[in-house]
Amino acid sequence: MLTLSHISKTFNPGTVNEKKAITDLSLYLEPGDFVTIIGSNGAGKSTLFNAIAGSFYTDSGSILLDGKDITFQPEFRRAKMMGRLFQDPMRGSAPGMTIEENLALAAGSGGWFSRITRRDKERFREQLALLDMGLEDRMRQPVGLLSGGQRQALTLLMATMVPPKLLLLDEHTAALDPATAEKVLEITKSVVEEHHITTLMVTHNMHQALELGNRTLMMDGGNIVFDVAGEERDALTVDDLLAKFRQGAGKELDNDRILLS
Amino acid sequence: MDLALVQTALELGLICSLTVLALFLSYSMLNVCDLSTDGCFTLGAAVGAVVAISGHPLLSLPAAMLAGVCSGFVTAILQTKMGVDSLLAGIIVNTGLYSINIAIMGGSSLLNLNKTDTVFTMAKDALENTPFAGQYKLLVAAVAVILVVVLLTLFLATRLGLSIRATGDNPDMVRSSSINPAFTTIVGLCVANAFTGLSGCLLAQSQKSVDINIGTGMVTIALASLLIGRTIMGRGSILFRAVGVVAGAFLFRLVYTIALRFDMPAFMLKLVSSVIVVLAISGPYLKKQWPLLRRRFLGAKARKGGGSEC
Repeated sequence: MLTLSHISKTFNPGTVNEKKAITDLSLYLEPGDFVTIIGSNGAGKSTLFNAIAGSFYTDSGSILLDGKDITFQPEFRRAKMMGRLFQDPMRGSAPGMTIEENLALAAGSGGWFSRITRRDKERFREQLALLDMGLEDRMRQPVGLLSGGQRQALTLLMATMVPPKLLLLDEHTAALDPATAEKVLEITKSVVEEHHITTLMVTHNMHQALELGNRTLMMDGGNIVFDVAGEERDALTVDDLLAKFRQGAGKELDNDRILLS
Repeated sequence: MDLALVQTALELGLICSLTVLALFLSYSMLNVCDLSTDGCFTLGAAVGAVVAISGHPLLSLPAAMLAGVCSGFVTAILQTKMGVDSLLAGIIVNTGLYSINIAIMGGSSLLNLNKTDTVFTMAKDALENTPFAGQYKLLVAAVAVILVVVLLTLFLATRLGLSIRATGDNPDMVRSSSINPAFTTIVGLCVANAFTGLSGCLLAQSQKSVDINIGTGMVTIALASLLIGRTIMGRGSILFRAVGVVAGAFLFRLVYTIALRFDMPAFMLKLVSSVIVVLAISGPYLKKQWPLLRRRFLGAKARKGGGSEC
């Protein structure tokens, strides 16, 4: 589904601030894969997502999505095939516009001069009801009035409304309170399962990294140091994972927000 | 106060409210402060006057709007495709338009429309011997404003309109909805400048002359009106806010007219509009800062007082 071959990205090349964020990274994802990613601070997890989503172009290498070369496609074109959630719940929706208007933009159906129809509204209402947050009765309220958790759930709905080929989740529950985080995670799981969306998820929760999905990657220094799937992964514990990291990266996992339980 | 003054304020307010509606789109929705507004206003006035002088008063309106679209397009291309900062792009286009406007007016900085058929003289002729004969200017301006408000409101509810609003609100989200924010910025500025051009065209025809400085300070005057409108109407539906914008433009002209009655010299208009813009923008900011300033001031005073006792 997704093929990254030998991608690299260096920020501020040739200056004292030079930072090799990704070095010669290759990765292949099967259709329907749900991959969790963990790694130390500055390992290149977010850079990897930015490279895939097209926030910048890579210095070298190529990116294929569903057999199509998207290496030089601008971000807004790739967005047709990708959904993305950030840690910051405010990034995915327009605060000054109503829930309905945000959903209409995300749905992306109809021509430039189409308006929100009654059928659209019914569809939005049904989908909002699935979130079980009472948002279906607040469709005409500006999104800026929602809580962080509600906004993140809405963003998730917007990202998956037209099921994308690839879903990028960048610690999307990290800024939410535990109960809301749990709920957003539940919604994530059900949406991903329902549409068989290929998913990449960065998390700092080691337990979650092993429990969710079917494959786990560990990143350090701009590359993948450990990649596990299948039965081997099922047998792993958090301690094993930490040991594997030490073995792969040659140092301890030093993420200051990591949750070991 | 006499009614004729209110009527003049209403006429001018309505005509200028088209520029305010343009800024409503570019400044409030798209979050771009379009400093080419002054030049574009004059451009609309010049193009409209030249077309009217050549004997096509009705054609002058779409011609002025088209000229506005071209100006907006250049401003937008500079800032989205050529890496020019958005404020600078406006200033550059504004400067360039000065030469273009004089060129359009045939090398002169003043055009006289006294003997020219305009949309206003047409309306005057059509309304002769009806009870509205004295209000012909008002009617033309009102029809133009109502049309623009309705069209703008309908436009902002379309997918394209929503994308333009989202571009000012959260460009990241626009990109992730597979819409190019550069495209929405270009469309938004073209539409906004079409309104500015129309506004200039109508003002020139209503006062029967164009002078190269007709648009000078227009952006500040329009911003003042916009902010007044926002203050009195608050946040509501788009239609509500658009009507508020028009009301703001009228109110601004009314206050100005009253001030003139109290012997304020006419050249003070621009200073007054600058002060209003500063108050409207910095007012909420200073209000937020006030408790802190107060605390610091009182704290310093208390410390000083305490120090003298030692």
